[in-house]
Amino acid sequence: MEAKRDQFIVSVSPHVRDEESVRHIMWSVSAALFPALLASFWFFGPKAIFVTALCIISSVLSEYIFQKALNRKITINDGSAFLTGLLLGMNLPPSLPFYVPIVGSVMAVVIVKQLFGGLGYNIFNPALLGRAFLLITWPKAMTIWSAPTAKLTGLDAVTTATPLGILKEEGVGKLMEEFGTKSDLYMSLLTGERAGSLGETSAILLLLGAAYLLYKKYITWHIPLSFLATVGVLAWVFGGKGTLFTGDPVVHLLSGGLILGAFFMATDYVTCPTIRKGQIIFGIGCGALTMLIRLKGGFPEGVMFAILLMNCFAPLIDRGVKPDLFGAVKEKKK
Amino acid sequence: MKTATFERGVHPNDFKELTASKPVQQARIPKRVVIPLSQHIGAPAKVEVTIGDEVKRNQVIGSPPGFVSAPVHASISGKVVAISEFLHPSGRMVTSVVIESDEKDESITLKENPDFMKLSADEIKTCIKEAGIVGLGGATFPTNVKLSPPKEKTIDTVILNGAECEPYLTADHRLMVERPQDIVAGLKLIMKSVGVNKGFIGIEKNKPDAIEAMKKAAANEPGIEVSPLTVKYPQGAEKMLIKALTGREVPGKGGLPMDVGAVVQNVGTALAIYEAVRFGKPLTERVVTVTGKGVKEPKNLMVRIGTLVSELIEECGGLTENAAKVISGGPMMGFAQWSLDVPVIKGTSGILVQSEDEFVSSEEYSACIRCGRCIDVCPMGLNPSMLSILSEKGHYEDAKAYNLFDCFECGSCAFVCPSKRPMVQFVRLAKSQTKPG
Repeated sequence: MEAKRDQFIVSVSPHVRDEESVRHIMWSVSAALFPALLASFWFFGPKAIFVTALCIISSVLSEYIFQKALNRKITINDGSAFLTGLLLGMNLPPSLPFYVPIVGSVMAVVIVKQLFGGLGYNIFNPALLGRAFLLITWPKAMTIWSAPTAKLTGLDAVTTATPLGILKEEGVGKLMEEFGTKSDLYMSLLTGERAGSLGETSAILLLLGAAYLLYKKYITWHIPLSFLATVGVLAWVFGGKGTLFTGDPVVHLLSGGLILGAFFMATDYVTCPTIRKGQIIFGIGCGALTMLIRLKGGFPEGVMFAILLMNCFAPLIDRGVKPDLFGAVKEKKK
Repeated sequence: MKTATFERGVHPNDFKELTASKPVQQARIPKRVVIPLSQHIGAPAKVEVTIGDEVKRNQVIGSPPGFVSAPVHASISGKVVAISEFLHPSGRMVTSVVIESDEKDESITLKENPDFMKLSADEIKTCIKEAGIVGLGGATFPTNVKLSPPKEKTIDTVILNGAECEPYLTADHRLMVERPQDIVAGLKLIMKSVGVNKGFIGIEKNKPDAIEAMKKAAANEPGIEVSPLTVKYPQGAEKMLIKALTGREVPGKGGLPMDVGAVVQNVGTALAIYEAVRFGKPLTERVVTVTGKGVKEPKNLMVRIGTLVSELIEECGGLTENAAKVISGGPMMGFAQWSLDVPVIKGTSGILVQSEDEFVSSEEYSACIRCGRCIDVCPMGLNPSMLSILSEKGHYEDAKAYNLFDCFECGSCAFVCPSKRPMVQFVRLAKSQTKPG
């Protein structure tokens, strides 16, 4: 025992820690996206696998090279570069020239994340800003959508428009023509059998993943619920033809990248407010901007820009909204 | 069973099964004790003996120089062999009196009060003061000071803290099971000393035997209510306990329990008060839970103040091969010790020895990912994430705008942090670099 006397570890309290780690959270979120990802492989075939793999590999690799070059600690094991790549892939259309996903990944990981200081310091959601960059750089390639007919066969798919694209350009009548009855439309939106980004496909599988994240408390209801509720209400009030209160909230809720955005991207810890009350404001802001762009803007889909714009406000919201202080002193009595 | 609680908090594993069913055992009387003159909040006691003096047990060896202080007594009989600076559980060197035992364990004559319930409030407080009683839950604030609020503060509730929310510790638990009548008597003395007829005994419901024993002991006391508490850390923090039992919130920015009419005392303190008032016994021993995977036979021991931790470890079968960290107190707020040559003081509720596999490095932490978990658990409703970032960057003054000084360093934020950030360290650093207000 004598020999051990000067070998005790001294560190600051607490001396016990919860098992949760950044790494575990990141890999769990990736796992939660997996069912929806598989569905997109089914609908869009090998091209989808190719795009996703390219994004993941180039994200992880560019983080590694950047950190190696700057002599920083290599953090690719924390899973955040993997997740960024995965999310970027799920935000892209299935058929793209090979260099587009690569450029998007480098943009997301190196410029949006690492140049701002790495995980924890970035202002914008890396995958979303990466996608925004691609959309502006290759507007055509980024809006060519394949019909969900590949079924793993690898047949060259017909190009078509997304449901929101049809809604925007040709109106609800055309949308009905394409999909048949209202319930057929809802069903294909739910299962994901429709054109769109890889991760815009199966609402039901995305919700399954989201339910897992909620159950594990990796995300809370605050952002997704306020985001979706705002979109739903605004779609109902302003989404109709001419008259108020005649819009179809279901189409808007299930279309585009809303489910993916609301549960998996707006909830990104680093770029959303930290205080729950603030997250509700953030979610409402995301919802309002999404609907503003969808109904009045130049793009059929607005989730990406809405989240990116609200990312700018996250620090400001955190400044304005304080948690409920225990024993808050209302006024100084003395 | 409906249980009272506060908002937020965390749920660490409690590991209390190691010692929860082990009765308190009298520890061996040590050959040598090291008694620090500062074992309490406030001015250190003034030494009253010189080297070579023969002292008896319970004799005063240090007396308080001011109001916020407490006397210190010899815990064994013997000879004063040194008065010098010795290692203190806080990590600092503190002037201490070293007594070598004459193995007689003779006490001075104590003044008994068989009619103790007839004493006046002031007489009770004098007994408490002379016995050197301080908060035994770990805060070590002089008890008679706490029981002497300024006249303009009306106290209407006394709360006995039997929450024992720190994992591993079972000292209070065992006392409640073994000496419930004496604890109730102590509570009645506290209530009398502050002129109150409403008393609560708050106990986390993971101690059903303690709840039952205390309920039985308080059965004929209409003013005393035994309240089961939700098992959640830090349920036993003074402010949280008051909130749980009365719904009142102690105001921030330096507010005290007396501002909401409450006085909180630990159950061990209540027992010490009973013994001081009834038997005239000064505080020279306390129950210490010696536990953890790093110690061979975990025990609850009645230990003389000044006993070295090395002796307690020996009495518990010694350290295991992989013992790595020795903590004075519990795992959430206790202090890691670099040496076993450190004494048990009045506030030492436990000695926890962790093994290598329990050790979590606090050096390998990463940037805050702003997940907000710390905000969700902070019992004070602070923004620990922001406090840690501001402190990390040296913006100590800015941290005050985030109520830095309302943090009582419970460690809940650090417990849940997925980036493993040393949150308490950041807060202490910021506090040390700036002033309240």
